[in-house]
Amino acid sequence: MSDIEQLVASALAQIAAAADSAALEELRVAVLGKTGSLTLLLKQLGALPAEERKARGAQVNAAKEQIGQALAARKQDLDAAETQARLSAGRVDVTLPGRDADRGGLHPITRTLERISAIFARLGYDVADGPEIEDDWHNFGALNFPPDHPARTMHDTFWFADGRLLRTHTSPVQIRAAKGRTPPIRVIAPGKVYRSDSDQTHSPMFHQVEGLLIDETSTMADLKGTLREFLRAFFDRDFEMRFKPTFFPFVEPGADVIIRWDLPDGGSRWLEVLGCGMVHPAVLRNCGIDPERYSGFAFGMGAERLAMLRYGVNDLRAFFENDVRFLRQFA
Amino acid sequence: MKFSENWLRSRLPLQVDQATLLERFDMIGHEVESVERLGEGLEGVVVAQIVSCAKHPQADRLQVCEVDAGSERLQIVCGAPNARAGLKAPLAKIGARVGELTIKAAKLRGVDSSGMLCSARELGLDADASGLLELPADGVVGQALAAHLGLPDAVIDLGLTPNRADCLSVEGLAIDVAAAFGLPYKPLAIEPVPTHDGRVLAVELESAADCPRYCGRFIADVDMQACSPAWLVERLRRSGLRPISLLVDVTNYVMLELGQPLHAFDADTLQGPIGVRRGRAGETLMLLDEREVKLDGELLVITDAGRPVALAGLMGGFDTRVTGATRNVFLEAAHFAPAALAGRARRLGMHTDAAHRFERGVDADLPRLALERATSLILEAAGGTAGEIVEAVEAAHLPRRTAVPLRRSRIARLLGITLDDAEVERIFAGLDMRVERTADGWQVTPPGRRFDIAIEEDLIEEVARIHGYDRIPDRAPGGALATPALPENRVSRVALREQLVARGFHEAITYAFVAPAQLEDWQLADGAIALANPLSAELAVMRTSLLPGIAAALVGNRRRQVQRVRLFEIGRVFASGSGAPIEVERIAGVVCGAAAAEQWGQPWREVDFFDLKGDVESLLALTNSREDFSFVTANVPWGHPGQCAAIKRAGQVVGHLAALHPQVCRALDFDRAVFAFELDVDAITPRPVPLARALSRFPSVRRDLSIELSAAVPFAAVEAAIRDAVGETLADVVLFDRYVGEKLGGEVKSLAIGLILQDCYRTLTDEDADRCTSLAVAALQSTCGAKLRG
Repeated sequence: MSDIEQLVASALAQIAAAADSAALEELRVAVLGKTGSLTLLLKQLGALPAEERKARGAQVNAAKEQIGQALAARKQDLDAAETQARLSAGRVDVTLPGRDADRGGLHPITRTLERISAIFARLGYDVADGPEIEDDWHNFGALNFPPDHPARTMHDTFWFADGRLLRTHTSPVQIRAAKGRTPPIRVIAPGKVYRSDSDQTHSPMFHQVEGLLIDETSTMADLKGTLREFLRAFFDRDFEMRFKPTFFPFVEPGADVIIRWDLPDGGSRWLEVLGCGMVHPAVLRNCGIDPERYSGFAFGMGAERLAMLRYGVNDLRAFFENDVRFLRQFA
Repeated sequence: MKFSENWLRSRLPLQVDQATLLERFDMIGHEVESVERLGEGLEGVVVAQIVSCAKHPQADRLQVCEVDAGSERLQIVCGAPNARAGLKAPLAKIGARVGELTIKAAKLRGVDSSGMLCSARELGLDADASGLLELPADGVVGQALAAHLGLPDAVIDLGLTPNRADCLSVEGLAIDVAAAFGLPYKPLAIEPVPTHDGRVLAVELESAADCPRYCGRFIADVDMQACSPAWLVERLRRSGLRPISLLVDVTNYVMLELGQPLHAFDADTLQGPIGVRRGRAGETLMLLDEREVKLDGELLVITDAGRPVALAGLMGGFDTRVTGATRNVFLEAAHFAPAALAGRARRLGMHTDAAHRFERGVDADLPRLALERATSLILEAAGGTAGEIVEAVEAAHLPRRTAVPLRRSRIARLLGITLDDAEVERIFAGLDMRVERTADGWQVTPPGRRFDIAIEEDLIEEVARIHGYDRIPDRAPGGALATPALPENRVSRVALREQLVARGFHEAITYAFVAPAQLEDWQLADGAIALANPLSAELAVMRTSLLPGIAAALVGNRRRQVQRVRLFEIGRVFASGSGAPIEVERIAGVVCGAAAAEQWGQPWREVDFFDLKGDVESLLALTNSREDFSFVTANVPWGHPGQCAAIKRAGQVVGHLAALHPQVCRALDFDRAVFAFELDVDAITPRPVPLARALSRFPSVRRDLSIELSAAVPFAAVEAAIRDAVGETLADVVLFDRYVGEKLGGEVKSLAIGLILQDCYRTLTDEDADRCTSLAVAALQSTCGAKLRG
């Protein structure tokens, strides 16, 4: 066996035996490096006679080629094994809980108010606002409740010593929003309202959303259409809806909206969900709007009522106990 | 308004079943609040008369009665205290069902009993279980009780709206129901009774605006022992009124029937003349319920020879009341203006059926009719002779029923439907309104009982109500669009909420009124506005901060074993101002417990100041104006003096962030660290609409500094010194390490700070970066006393 053949055989054996890519690299340097054994053979070629040099040169180059290929193949194998080893070591239990995944939640009333607002925003309604401590004029007078009128007894009112009061409904925002604006007006006013009444079905503080539309063409048919669309959108389904006559001093005609609500036992019953009507001309005049030219409708709804229906809450008081176990359900 | 269904049906040719009637009530605006069916299953119960009573030989409480049941005489053992010979009472014969009980022949303590004498409660007619239901003497013995009492029947309770006082009577309701079903209504035929000469009292209307009509009449020689007829008693009972005595029953009955309240005086206590005037300061009046009322100019009184004897339209006086000894009666029926009575009953803490009606408006034409009706009922049952009706009237002050114009076009304009003229006219005629055609519509005159019809829209509502709201179609509004602008220069409340929710906060909603003591515990009671009529001491003043409310909610949750509580609220707080009260919207949060939800790979750590500060900074970051905000050491009474920051925006305080003061925690009865923040929503939400700038194309360079300085120097001063010194080239400052410890002697801290340097126009050289670093180091030395660490 020639010295070249020997060198190749030994190198191939060592390559095959190399444990990792570092050992392989050492080998590569020892054989093919600047002072490697094969490199030395190459360098010695120059000293040989021309006829010998050619044949030996071909041999050395073939050996270099062979070893280079073996090195590359072995490297590929080792790399693959090392990657495999790294991957194995990096294995995690993907079923372990992650970090900082904790999320809070919106209060169901906020969720409801935002839902209502979002639906009316699509219908072109702007959001309006007014103070919670109101004066008698905005809460009652401008809305066509004369002093001492029995209609006022429907509103158990919290009073302050100076004659101001906690608004009993969001309707005063109608006055504030309409005054000084020129129709067309489309606003809703979500907010807190207060009545001095507290028991299982009454909270002294609760939330309403008032709606007001004033333009040159609106009719009670438009009011019915608007509220049907709203209710369908809010509850995300269709149901029977009816208007029945009722009395609010600030609308004429006035109506309560009832819907047929399916009960878990398979039956159904009519539920009151909204009050509404065509804005009373006296109210329009109080806002500086000419009732001969403009007409409009107003509606009001209790957010708690809608939230209870939508989310299956049975106890009104749960909304104000702020029990995280309750709130968590609305995350 | 409670009434008997049979009574209403007796007034109309109504063919529909009960369900249809009830539904129609709802659909014409009279909400059905309840329906109570009466006297179903009274088969085998008859009118019987007790012939004799004997003591039960074995039992003190029982009597053995011989009872005439019409076709037979029966022995009945009875324990009712009012069982007595001669009494007519209901008898459940053998086989009859009383409630759950089927009556059988029985022996009661050894004595045979062949049936059961019944109380009203046992028969399901009334709550009265005190004794046998006493039937009137004119009851026909042996007649089925159901027939005798006009059963079965139903008590219908309507929740009438305050504008519809006309329906506070069976006649008024009958008119509305007739109109709704398109039925003819025939007014009640009331004939004047024959009169006799007798005493006459003059009537003087001093306050004619308050009482424009007053009618009265003497009825002499009334038998006060006479009983009310059975049908009348039953109708009263089914209208929710307890029978008391003939005179009271008749006045109540006429009020229920026609809507006109009446009052009966003992005529012998009156001298005349009768007057109507406002009360005067200093006067007092003892009322029927023996309550003494101080009179004033707000209260309207009936006077006799100048002396107040009744609160007009509210309640009669004690001295002139009818008693068992009364022989002669003066019956009053008057028209009191709603404005003269509005709110008076409430002010006096009373509620009477009369006041309820007068406040809402009673037909001014009724007094005479009601007097005639009442007189004839009294005379029929108790004899006596009636005098002429005296009437004082000031026509000028009677409510005027003027014609209201209605334009055909307005009906369509408001309702969105077009109706035939004939339908419109039929509706008004059915409602007893006079209709005249005009060029563009009608003139409609409402009857005297309708106080709710004053303008065109009121008429349109009547049209809609009777035509049927259901027949108005649903349409989409077609008016001009006015798409609201979508402002982008404010952080929305939705965004604020979502930010905190994403960081693990739950939203709370607490009452806007709190206990004064709660505010005092937090030293936040200054300027708190008190309610004049709070529901309780716990809800007596308007909150001046959201924190006491949500902190209490936090403690409540800890008591319910929730360990890590993070709550926030957005709501208004209130304070008295020089004029109107000041209302400010705030956002507040409270946290306690673990810094992060318990997790296998993270050590447990209690939440601290900087956890909550991070939450607050994340809120402020929504404005994309972080440089506007600064945190400065501050002191609030509820905050830990060493862990409290005021948050400023452009120099103005916009809120606070602090650990709760141990004293506040003690007041909350809570012993763990709680951190809280509260910010003014309006102050933190303005934000610029983003305006894109060109990005630097050149790389940034980072230089790290490690400095040592006094522990008292706030980081904000360090950062400011660096920013001032380096200027525009400084893209960012990062504090990446901080050490305060014994190794440094406690008074000194070390900070490791990274300076991120970048220029818009060129690549920074090493020399540039070194120059910036030297500037920073020099500034830190001169303004913060810092030195570079080795």
